[in-house]
Amino acid sequence: MAASIKIIDEKCVGCNLCVKACPFGAIVVENKLARIDYAKCTICGACFDACRFEAIDLKKDVGTTRDLSGYKDVWVFAEQTENKIQSVTYELLGEGRKLAESLGMDLCAVLVGSGIKDKAQDLIARGARKVYVVDKPELAYFQDESYAAVLIDLVNRHKPNVLLCGATTIGRSLCARVAVSVNAGLTADCTGLAIDPETKNLLQTRPAFGGNIMATIITPNNRPQMATVRHKVMKEAVADAGRKGEVLLQDIAVSLLKARSRRVKYEAETETTVNIAEADIIVSGGRGMQNPENFAILKELASVLGAGVGASRAAVDSNWIPYSHQVGQTGKTVCPKIYFACGISGQIQHLAGISASDIIVAINKDPEAPIFKVATYGIVGDLFKVVPLLTAEFRKLLKK
Amino acid sequence: MLFAVPDRLVLGKRMHIIVCIKQVPDTTDVKIDPKTNTLMREGVTSIVNPFDMYAVEESLRLKEKHGGTVTALTMGPPQAETALREVISMGVDKGILLSDRAFAGSDTWATSYTLALAIRKIGDFSVIICGKQASDGDTAQVGPGIATHLDLPQITYVRKIEEMDDKHIVAQRLLEEGHEYVDSSLPCVLTVVKEINEPRLASLKGKMNAKKAVIVKWTAQDLGAESSKIGLEGSPTKVVKIFTPAPRQGGQILTGEPEEMVRKLAESLKDVVIAAAK
Repeated sequence: MAASIKIIDEKCVGCNLCVKACPFGAIVVENKLARIDYAKCTICGACFDACRFEAIDLKKDVGTTRDLSGYKDVWVFAEQTENKIQSVTYELLGEGRKLAESLGMDLCAVLVGSGIKDKAQDLIARGARKVYVVDKPELAYFQDESYAAVLIDLVNRHKPNVLLCGATTIGRSLCARVAVSVNAGLTADCTGLAIDPETKNLLQTRPAFGGNIMATIITPNNRPQMATVRHKVMKEAVADAGRKGEVLLQDIAVSLLKARSRRVKYEAETETTVNIAEADIIVSGGRGMQNPENFAILKELASVLGAGVGASRAAVDSNWIPYSHQVGQTGKTVCPKIYFACGISGQIQHLAGISASDIIVAINKDPEAPIFKVATYGIVGDLFKVVPLLTAEFRKLLKK
Repeated sequence: MLFAVPDRLVLGKRMHIIVCIKQVPDTTDVKIDPKTNTLMREGVTSIVNPFDMYAVEESLRLKEKHGGTVTALTMGPPQAETALREVISMGVDKGILLSDRAFAGSDTWATSYTLALAIRKIGDFSVIICGKQASDGDTAQVGPGIATHLDLPQITYVRKIEEMDDKHIVAQRLLEEGHEYVDSSLPCVLTVVKEINEPRLASLKGKMNAKKAVIVKWTAQDLGAESSKIGLEGSPTKVVKIFTPAPRQGGQILTGEPEEMVRKLAESLKDVVIAAAK
């Protein structure tokens, strides 16, 4: 989408307004028609604003026009829950390192929490050259306002070029606030990141319309270039305890730690122990499960495999399993290594949530079910026979 | 409902709820025109973003419980008016459409700026409710963006409103591995997930109201919007390429007796399972 500007001859009346508006003397009127001297034009848009006849077609430049040279380094926000660093952080450090190398910049991490500073070494072992640490009792758990205020403060002070964060509940809630405050572009849910070798812009690729379309997005004129990145798409950085890095403890004004919203209590999900957004294997059930009790056979297979339990919208809407298990457009988007779809017909909204899976296994008695069109392996058969057999087979295989 | 006295809630003023909605294509099955590299939207009907329907329903439930009014706000082309009429038919009191060619090409930064300006112009409100994300863009950024532009607290991914009075709200927020109860002062911005409710259908009376309703229309000038902050110019992110991902190929359909199929499948998955289950 290169920048372009042209006069729409049919609309131009030769009024000279654009000629007066042009700071570069790049427009002349000949025979009652404006003509742009492209050698002089900088596509600044002044004529576009001045024209009263919509006779100028302007497509804005997507190249850098501002001095952004003060913005250095690739930052990764290290998301933690109860002082455990989330695995998506390590994935971002793995990817961030490649970006930092292409830019000739340092990879840095931002660690926010309470009693958290010892964890900075983990981030250094995973490749961070600098870790900015904000360690305050008020920041023990995620709060939208205070976490955003801290990150905004650090961004304003240190001016990162790129800022990456997991596309988690926390990451998406936090980054949207930060991006608005620091006037940055933010691309949600990226599945691909690269540096444009010419412009050095971050090329951010993400699915839209439920994964039917991919879009590559840049932020040419604003820094930092912010992106949230999906779980499980990038490879985790391998830990190397020999790596060296700086831990930079940051002072934060007390006023930034105030928040008008606060956590009253937290309840962990009791139904399951595996978070499907992070799971390597997911065993999912749909309408074909017939009732909530039958999910027991899926849970058994899941427990043998160390897998998460998912469900289609039909199963959740029937109240067979809580909403937090729902996979698909109105539920979660998942990207496991293996996705078992049991008694799931494969509506397009469901497929939108699973298309990033490495392997899809479909078990359904209807050979015409759309799920078979996307399945890596399909079993046409009775899931109530197949699933227990599969559980027994894997139990044998894994010697459980 | 006309003279309903708010129960459990003694309000100095009537509660005003603003619900933000978006008109989206009624399908995820969108194709790209290979010649122009733009989305082919012909023949695709438009609906209210499914997540916004939960926001609308929750607004109506709050109004029914506490009294007050609900205003729906949307930004879009002139035809987005039909989305406002649709939610008015469910019981929303008033619809405001932000429509101007200058808004075209807005990303989430510019969109949340524009919506925030309109909310500031509306002035008096207790809570702003949005769907967690739109089904076309899937960003989940506009709700928190509005909160930031207006310097308000936010509770995202709300699955239940526990309590509310004229000063604060307690809501359950869905997190990856559980949920938290968050207490926030009002006014604040909520984004809601599907679990929160079951949206109602429009009543006959509602449909008649929707037909008659006067939709308020505001342009960039009405909002006093800075031109450098709206539309394409006000959008830090630029789309440089749109493409269709390689379609997923169907694989192997196993046949035979269940025992035999399971054995074949287990053999094929063996290595991945062992690696993943370690």
